[in-house]
Amino acid sequence: MTDPLLSVSDLRTYFHDGGVVARAVDGVSFDVVEGETVAVVGESGSGKSVTALSILRLIRPPGRIETASSIKFQGRELLQLSDREMRTIRGNRIAMIFQEPMSALNPVLTVGEQIAEVVRVHTDASHHDAWERAVEMLALTGIPAPRERASEYPHQLSGGMRQRVMIAMALVLKPALLIADEPTTALDVTIQAQILELLQRLQEQLGMAVLLITHDLGVVAEVADRVVVMYGGEVVERATVTELFDAPQHPYTEGLMSAMPRLDRDTERLVTIPGVVPPSTAWPSGCRFRDRCSYAWDRCAKEHPPLYSVGNEHESRCHLAVEPLRRSESHTPLTARVGVDS
Amino acid sequence: MVRHAGVASGVIAVIVVVALLAPWVAPYDPIAQPDIIGLKNLAPSLSHPFGTDSFSRDVLSRCIYGARISLSVAALATAIAITLGTLYGAIAGYVGGAVDAVLMRIVDAALSIPRVLLLIAILALWNGLPLWLLVVVLGATGWFGLSRMVRAQVLSMRELDFVAAARALGASGPRILFRHILPNVLPTIIVAATLGVGHVIILEAGLSYLGLGVQPPSASWGSIIQDGADQIGAAWWISLFPGLLIVTTAIACNALGDALRAAFDPRENAVTMAELDS
Amino acid sequence: MQAVIVVAIVTTIVFVLIHIAPGDPFTSAMDNPNVTEAMRARWRAMYGLDQPLLEQYVRYLSNVARGNFGWSFSMHRPVIDVLKDALPNTLLLAGTALVLGFAGGIGLAVIQATRPGSRTDRTLGAGSMFFYAMPDFWLALMMMLIFAYWLPWFPVAGAVDPVMHEYMGPLAALGDRLKHLALPAITLALLSGAAVARYQRAELLRVLPDDFVRTARAKGLSERRVMWVHVLRNALIPTISLLGLSLPVLFTGAVFIERVFAWPGMGWVILNGVATRDYPLVTAGVIVAAATVTLGSLGADLLYSVADPRIRGR
Repeated sequence: MTDPLLSVSDLRTYFHDGGVVARAVDGVSFDVVEGETVAVVGESGSGKSVTALSILRLIRPPGRIETASSIKFQGRELLQLSDREMRTIRGNRIAMIFQEPMSALNPVLTVGEQIAEVVRVHTDASHHDAWERAVEMLALTGIPAPRERASEYPHQLSGGMRQRVMIAMALVLKPALLIADEPTTALDVTIQAQILELLQRLQEQLGMAVLLITHDLGVVAEVADRVVVMYGGEVVERATVTELFDAPQHPYTEGLMSAMPRLDRDTERLVTIPGVVPPSTAWPSGCRFRDRCSYAWDRCAKEHPPLYSVGNEHESRCHLAVEPLRRSESHTPLTARVGVDS
Repeated sequence: MVRHAGVASGVIAVIVVVALLAPWVAPYDPIAQPDIIGLKNLAPSLSHPFGTDSFSRDVLSRCIYGARISLSVAALATAIAITLGTLYGAIAGYVGGAVDAVLMRIVDAALSIPRVLLLIAILALWNGLPLWLLVVVLGATGWFGLSRMVRAQVLSMRELDFVAAARALGASGPRILFRHILPNVLPTIIVAATLGVGHVIILEAGLSYLGLGVQPPSASWGSIIQDGADQIGAAWWISLFPGLLIVTTAIACNALGDALRAAFDPRENAVTMAELDS
Repeated sequence: MQAVIVVAIVTTIVFVLIHIAPGDPFTSAMDNPNVTEAMRARWRAMYGLDQPLLEQYVRYLSNVARGNFGWSFSMHRPVIDVLKDALPNTLLLAGTALVLGFAGGIGLAVIQATRPGSRTDRTLGAGSMFFYAMPDFWLALMMMLIFAYWLPWFPVAGAVDPVMHEYMGPLAALGDRLKHLALPAITLALLSGAAVARYQRAELLRVLPDDFVRTARAKGLSERRVMWVHVLRNALIPTISLLGLSLPVLFTGAVFIERVFAWPGMGWVILNGVATRDYPLVTAGVIVAAATVTLGSLGADLLYSVADPRIRGR
């Protein structure tokens, strides 16, 4: 079996401020195979965005990727590359798009210029050629009248079009991996669907892999091949998308699923997961989800659960994997019981 | 930042105290000319740390007494400017409409004249002004910028909820203005005042240097610099030290003003982290 | 347009000032005992100073509009001619200082913003604070002391060598001019540059955390390109409005510096007029100064709208 395109191993990204350490990403591992779509799911505070930024080494001080971590891309260890080598990867072999297209684009440069810039920096294309590529790319992302649009500024375009521009900018050099950090969250629902469909189409056309960061399970169901669920800076469940939706193992994943509004079921009220994500400066001992978990028992406070294998390509960081009978002893989670959000 | 403000305030306090205690602190009489031949134009030494000038006066003592003039002129002129600017801007901002438009046009025109040029013109036409009048003129030319800032703030605050609430409770216009709005504008005013003192010190020094500001026999730091300007090559100390004093005081005022501004504006504070400490 | 109104108001203010001031040009300007009261009366009539105030005002306004500023007593020439000679000098000085100051200030700010909080940053910051708080005339004196007296690198005063300039070949003459321009211009540039550096640094640091900067890095751009092409382009925009605001400051700074270095510009002319009670000259100088400043602000506004595409559309 060939090596995966991207292999993240025990990634730890900590933020050091004064004497306090925020362990935003605390030992995350997953792989992305060529051409597939892997979704990283979690609430805000779970560390998913920081994971994405870490892969491209876009973490600035006081943040730091700790030395034990490993990120292998196409066989190369990214964390050992020099700055210059890393820059040849960014925008070229691995590209990233962000959540807020308005603020993510430079307001004083035309969109065409911003796309052409990527081409000129990484290849020795002429200004003219780079501009042509930019226009081509705009057309590819479904923007009408691309040549005119290329001379416009971000504030003159709608949100959906700006996101298309971001996608064009990211894909113009046909990267092998696209990291998309909440690409549709800031958009209208109808535009969301269009953008997702665009991403899928381009992915097929270019044969690239996509690492999708999101909190929206609906999006995951649409586009993902495999899913990585994150909580508390860790991976708490890993599975194929069908496995995950058919048989979620981790109580957090269960909670996410039931919090999702479904049209195919009769629900009286939306269920939420009680409590809030603990701060990354002070993860609870043992299992980090225990205060919000309906099944937690004394083992959960004492023993930090490893990633147990619970099926075919399915892992869950929960002691229920080895004590499945406890699943019938559900109770009110600790935070809900105390009645105070901690 | 806090540390800088502390040092700045300390420096200002020291200068003010020395100025207040001038008669007891100054080693010599600032206007005495003991020995025009023997003690003339001496370079700095232990007995005359700042040297003497061409009239054998001790420069250090002159500077200490000069501090009184420079500081009091600056402080009073700024006080006048603050009062005028606040009132003008508050009225313009609160009343609004045509009144506001007219008032602001006048301010715009006034702002387009470089302040120094205006002062030169005024002081040249009425030359030999008594000191208090000089202070008034300085103050009367320095309030335009502040009035714009105050007006902008009052304008935006006029529509806020707490003003509507006060109005609903029956408060009258002026009362709302003074008891409710202006206290919120206070930070801007305080910062402007602190920075303003620094500016006026430099301004007055310049005018005195030109012979238009403080008239003899009174001497501000600027006048002393003027004394030494013609012989800058030969007796450089006469102009150097008062200048350093001006720079020190002005830096202290600016530092304090910046620190106050950072303390008052939380948004600015977010940007003013350790990395920005400069 | 607005600018015309402003200049009109300025003219009015100046006119009012002149006429409420004690005395008139003839009471003190000619303190010659041979000048009799009758002669003074005749001169007043000749210059229309015995007409009703309103008439004088209207006449003055119309004269100003046509560029006729009257006669300079101290220079024995039409005021307009005096100004025509002096204004280019001030523009040269102020213009050079503006370019040097802004270029230097912006460059310094970029250096500081790429390593905020470092020793370099703090030293440069302290330096700009030092120059920012300095009286211009004192700095001029100190510069003259150090670079013209102690280290005789530059000439002490004037715009050209008073004796030799006429005999110099074109290249030498240019060099002579530049040598005389250097010290005053550098002095002025130091002062305005300090203010620019402080302002620009704050702007750069405000823009740096913006999202699009992260996007630029994600595209694989070098830190230098990120700073100069992306961050600076955005952070420069408010500095352009600073350009307009610093014109009055530049002008007033020029006044003092012209005095110290005997640079024959507007400030020097106005100060001379003040010393000799040459009122037409002084008033004309103030009006022209205000007009130049207003024009400059207009220009800066125009530049601003060109620089920021978000504003251009309107």
